[in-house]
Amino acid sequence: MTTHDVHVPTLHAAHDAGHHEIEIPHTVHPRPDTGLYNGKLGIWLFLASEVMLFGAMFSALVLIRTSAAPGSWPKAWDILNWPLATVNTFVLIGSSVTVVLAWANLRLGDLKKGKLYLFITLLCGLAFMVIKSYEYYEKFQHGYLPSKGNFFATYFLLTGLHGLHVLGGMVVFAYLIGPGAKMWEKARDQYTNRVEVTGLYWHFVDLVWIFLFPVLYLL
Amino acid sequence: MPPQRQVRVGNQWMRARDAHKALEEALRVMKEEEGHASGHHQSFISKYVFSVDHKWIGIQYGFTALCFLLLGFSLMLLMRWQLAYPGKPIPFIGNLLGAANAPGGIMLPEFYNQLGAMHGTIMVFLAIVPLAVGAFGNYLVPLQIGAPDMAFPKLNMLSYWMYLPGGLIMLASFFVPGGAANSGWTSYPPLSIIASHGQTVWIIGMIFLITSSLLGSVNFIVTIVQLRAKGLTWMRLPFFVWAQLVTSFLLLLAFPPLEAAAVMQLMDRVVGTSFFMPSGLVVSGQALTYAGGGNPLMWQHLFWFLAHPEVYVLILPGMGIIAEVIANNTRKPLWGYKSLVFASVFLGFMSFVVWAHHMFLTGMGTMISAFFQTTTMIISIPSVIILTALIISLWGASIRFTVPMLFALAFLPMFGIGGLTGLPLGLAAADIHLHDTYYVIGHFHYVVAPGTIFAMFAGIYYWFPKITGRQMNERLGKLHFWGSLIAINGVFFPMFIQGLAGVSRRLYDGGAQYEHAKPVLHLNEFMSIAAWLLLLAQVPFIVNFFWTIFKGQRVGSNVWQATTLEWAATTSPPLAHGNFHVTPVVYRGPYEYSSPSYDVEDYLPQNYDTGEDPGPTHGGGMLHGEAVAQKES
Repeated sequence: MTTHDVHVPTLHAAHDAGHHEIEIPHTVHPRPDTGLYNGKLGIWLFLASEVMLFGAMFSALVLIRTSAAPGSWPKAWDILNWPLATVNTFVLIGSSVTVVLAWANLRLGDLKKGKLYLFITLLCGLAFMVIKSYEYYEKFQHGYLPSKGNFFATYFLLTGLHGLHVLGGMVVFAYLIGPGAKMWEKARDQYTNRVEVTGLYWHFVDLVWIFLFPVLYLL
Repeated sequence: MPPQRQVRVGNQWMRARDAHKALEEALRVMKEEEGHASGHHQSFISKYVFSVDHKWIGIQYGFTALCFLLLGFSLMLLMRWQLAYPGKPIPFIGNLLGAANAPGGIMLPEFYNQLGAMHGTIMVFLAIVPLAVGAFGNYLVPLQIGAPDMAFPKLNMLSYWMYLPGGLIMLASFFVPGGAANSGWTSYPPLSIIASHGQTVWIIGMIFLITSSLLGSVNFIVTIVQLRAKGLTWMRLPFFVWAQLVTSFLLLLAFPPLEAAAVMQLMDRVVGTSFFMPSGLVVSGQALTYAGGGNPLMWQHLFWFLAHPEVYVLILPGMGIIAEVIANNTRKPLWGYKSLVFASVFLGFMSFVVWAHHMFLTGMGTMISAFFQTTTMIISIPSVIILTALIISLWGASIRFTVPMLFALAFLPMFGIGGLTGLPLGLAAADIHLHDTYYVIGHFHYVVAPGTIFAMFAGIYYWFPKITGRQMNERLGKLHFWGSLIAINGVFFPMFIQGLAGVSRRLYDGGAQYEHAKPVLHLNEFMSIAAWLLLLAQVPFIVNFFWTIFKGQRVGSNVWQATTLEWAATTSPPLAHGNFHVTPVVYRGPYEYSSPSYDVEDYLPQNYDTGEDPGPTHGGGMLHGEAVAQKES
């Protein structure tokens, strides 16, 4: 008598897209051998491409600055508002903490607290953007436009792109607090995953700023 | 109890009890379909326009890309008239091009530049990559790994809907004042910064295309890593899937620097920054108002940081297709499967550190040149490994000379010529003579045209029965093949001769004003006639393509007796949405042809259960949840 496993394949009704979506494996639960659910791998890959995007711009800054005529590169701390930027740094670091707290509370099953922390994160993002806008306004007041020279061109390029990323994160947070939260009832794990993935993105945006702040304001 | 016997349902081998279950399910589905025939149909828009089904998106990509391929080709045919007969009016259509482009049917130099820039852009970004990755990758990767769809179907749809607007924006640029982008497909500053409005449109189009390929590459990698069927380990993946995986990594990591560069160029043009504008630039006797201090070479670095990996994005999926076709038509396993896999992964890594061999003549210094010349020589090794493994695969085989196999066989020497002629260009000393001559044009066109495009044709003929359930006509296919092979060599081989004689590329008159070009100038007419014959050779293909869709011979699900999952596990044409009635389990590698341990057929599909254990992989894969591994005694 032989004993062996018989694999009974899963049977899908394959024509039923009109009724409900076909099920993609590992959308919510991790695949055992990779330990990742799809969204998490997706966001890490996306962040890898973001590293290349910001990396290229940082390289451009290095190249332009090192090849600038001697003495022609302005002293950043004389021109840029570094005290405000310091405040902004702490605002963003704080928001990185709150977004983790949001995720942790959702994992514990507490939607109310989770949404509260998401809301605080959103407010931090808003505070960052308000401060940043004020800085831009200050610069424009003095006629410091991107076309004035490459110091300003790189400053506006890097902070502008970073600002767009903050704005993008804020839109996602607003969605997760608002209409996106309906998912909690039906697919609690998936909603929590979405917050985790957005949190990973948010940490990255934070990290970019941690590099931008000293490079642009202090060096 | 004896081991259970297999029964065959269509092309699916399975245990009798599984077959029984599958048939029951099929009956249920058919009944349900009849019941819902009127009620639950997807709307036309969600099924055919904004589809989230990878197969339909693949078809959308394929059809769009083939249209762009023909368009990019026709731009070149116009240019070839000007090169063969400089200053003579273009027959038939010359007057349709507009007085701003071709007064009296005679092409203006400005228009020639637009055609050149747009030919390159369209071919690379709108035709070949979308065809190789968007179409073939989308359609085949989920099927070959036994997945129900891509990991992110909506992202997949978005990816196509970024590509199409990007392409249309590019086309629209022909109609802005000053015409389309005319600074070459490489858009070198400062020329591209002071160029007409078409360049701004070009950048915006590029940003769409870059976004599209970023979304696509994330999707491909996640799909391949996460959605492989049970038992489909890394070393059991079809080589095509490996090629797509490496390609996706290249797209993911190489495109962002170009996006950065494109944004900077956009700012230079629109906001007046000077990222790429050096100090003290004087154009036509006028000092420019830019603040200066920028670096034009920086664009070249950022551009080629994308554009060299892009070359491998162009060729790797083609190699993947060729490997599948060769294994199937030699009826034996690929020679050196692991070497192929490791070579392509190494190729991917190396392609990030060779970019500046495009810039030997920019004066960047001999140290840097020496570095990039060394890495360039190193990257030729994995390419040679891949080509050699494919050639040795032919050894001792009883080859089926089908149409896809003919294209695959032609690919080998054609890509060989393209690759080997690249070596002198990769050596800084030889490049001094050859740089920016027609030799360069000949070199990369051999890689991409009779290389990649032939691989694409092989893939189209090979998978057409899978996609449509009908097989393309063989006689028309052979006509297409022989016509294309002869004509395409007539177009590109003389370019080496002209290039070695020192004729520069991008000359409006093909070199007529240069004394040193005189001895080889007559080749221009020959190449142009060959190019028009090449167009003629595509007619049987176009006829065959549409005739087969509607009237072609119906064939079974596995017309080529192939082993990989896309043939073994689904019907042809595949189901509307969702791929597998019975989720496949993989028991072996992808190319078990003529296996000595199996004498029923000369092919042993990956999912045919001979009672072996599916291997050391985990039990996750597609068998999540309700799937049960039952113990039987």
